[in-house]
Amino acid sequence: MNSESLVVVEGLRRDYGSRCAIRDLDFTVARGEVLGLLGPNGAGKSTTLQVLSGCLAATAGRITLAGHDLEQHPQRAKAALGYLPEQPPLHRSLTVDEYLDYCARLHGLRGKVLRGARERAKARCGLIADGRRLIAQLSKGYQQRVGIAQAILHDPPVVILDEPTVGLDPNQIRAIRDLVRDLGQDRAVILSTHILPEVEAVCDRVLILHQGRAVYADQVAAAGGETHGTQIICAFRKPPEHTQLGALSGVEGVEPLGDGRFLIRHAPGASPAEILAVASAEGGWGLRELSPHRLSLEQLFVKLTCREELW
Amino acid sequence: MSALVIAGRELRSLFVTPFGWIALAVVQFVVAWLFLVQLEGFVQLQSRLAAVPGAPGVTDLVVAPVLAQVAVLLLLVMPLVSMRAISGERQVGTLNLLLAAPVSAGDIVIGKFLGTLCFGLLLLGLVTLMPLALLAGTTLDLGKLLAGLLGMALLTATLASVGLLLSSLVTQPAAAAAGTFGLLLLLWIVDAGVAPDSALAWLSLSHHLQPFLRGLVDSGDAAYYLLLTAVCLALSVRRLEGGRRV
Repeated sequence: MNSESLVVVEGLRRDYGSRCAIRDLDFTVARGEVLGLLGPNGAGKSTTLQVLSGCLAATAGRITLAGHDLEQHPQRAKAALGYLPEQPPLHRSLTVDEYLDYCARLHGLRGKVLRGARERAKARCGLIADGRRLIAQLSKGYQQRVGIAQAILHDPPVVILDEPTVGLDPNQIRAIRDLVRDLGQDRAVILSTHILPEVEAVCDRVLILHQGRAVYADQVAAAGGETHGTQIICAFRKPPEHTQLGALSGVEGVEPLGDGRFLIRHAPGASPAEILAVASAEGGWGLRELSPHRLSLEQLFVKLTCREELW
Repeated sequence: MSALVIAGRELRSLFVTPFGWIALAVVQFVVAWLFLVQLEGFVQLQSRLAAVPGAPGVTDLVVAPVLAQVAVLLLLVMPLVSMRAISGERQVGTLNLLLAAPVSAGDIVIGKFLGTLCFGLLLLGLVTLMPLALLAGTTLDLGKLLAGLLGMALLTATLASVGLLLSSLVTQPAAAAAGTFGLLLLLWIVDAGVAPDSALAWLSLSHHLQPFLRGLVDSGDAAYYLLLTAVCLALSVRRLEGGRRV
């Protein structure tokens, strides 16, 4: 994997009047990486992507796309960018070919290069047979594909997709996921969504936004991993007393789940699993289940973004 | 270069929907009517005019009045042509395509302006065919006709730029059209009832058109139209850039 950072965001802030939509946002995306932008509605995902694409100006902070500063050299930075906004920017009165040609010309492609790029983008998005159809007559899913074709047409190193799978059927969603994974091989891809399995399926890293702040940023693999595993689920045929479990060393809390199952909380990195097994054998509790309780991305998401509402 | 791509798109978008064709057809029909009425009047006067030495000819009595009426029609039609230019794109979300593409706000505005202007000039060219048809039966003062057309072209450019500015300010095309029409009408009648050398008269769109229609090409009048056009375009660019910040 090439570690060249194609997207660098430093101290990004964006206000709408007196309301702050995003603040203190810092992240980078390297070539060959897919970053998933997660967050509840109104967390600032679309605003972030609009600012990254230059459609909105940042109130403060710096954005560098493929080495070009977006404020100082907007045209050079945007030449490296393919962007699918939340609402696909389609001219409904054009045919697919006419529309893609127009988009390619905006990016300075002409003649043979233009035709090659258009056909490649259509092939990647499954639009080969639809070149002469009017965009207005396409279904929502096909319109979404045209929007994605538009974003990858000029072969940009940075691709930003705002909810690319919204309104698609499961087959189309799979096709788009494959496409995104494929794009992520040699580009920097930023993807916003509120569908969690999508992030787990296609993204290398995840950035969770909540009320305009980044509340979590790490590898997708780590989100469900050891760093956050501070719980054990265990079950016994002859369950011991609540207090017996609580007295074991390393156990910080016990929560009965019924049917002889317990949720045991412990300090990070100090799992009492072995001690539990030994205690069970000595006390004849009949241990039948012992597993670390991993936080899924969904639980992590809920934990990070529901906090305020619950308190 | 990208301005031309945008201009081509703008012009095409007027013709892929019925709007462009209907606008051209309606204007052509109305102008034909006005032209025939004017011509009829001239034919009735002709025998008496022949007796007067140095009397005004067909160019003064038919072509110039028809062009003046075309100017009023343009005042009605151009706001509808320009209304979608930016507000329409903003409304359906396609403006993001332009904003995220490697083109400057200047390119976008110039492209939109050229597209709208081309439509206006096409309309003007089609209605000019009617006075030119008189060449089959009589002689025209071509110098006067050209001066009149130059004035009309400058007026069209100004109408297009004012329309573009209003279109850049709002999200709804209808609001842009209404605003443009109101502003243009005000600029058209602002000299009504004031002395011809007052400041208000200088502001008037119609005041600066009259000399052109009389065959007088005054660089001051041309400068008025060009200045107004440039100011509106510059403000549109500013608005487009500023729109990213609010």
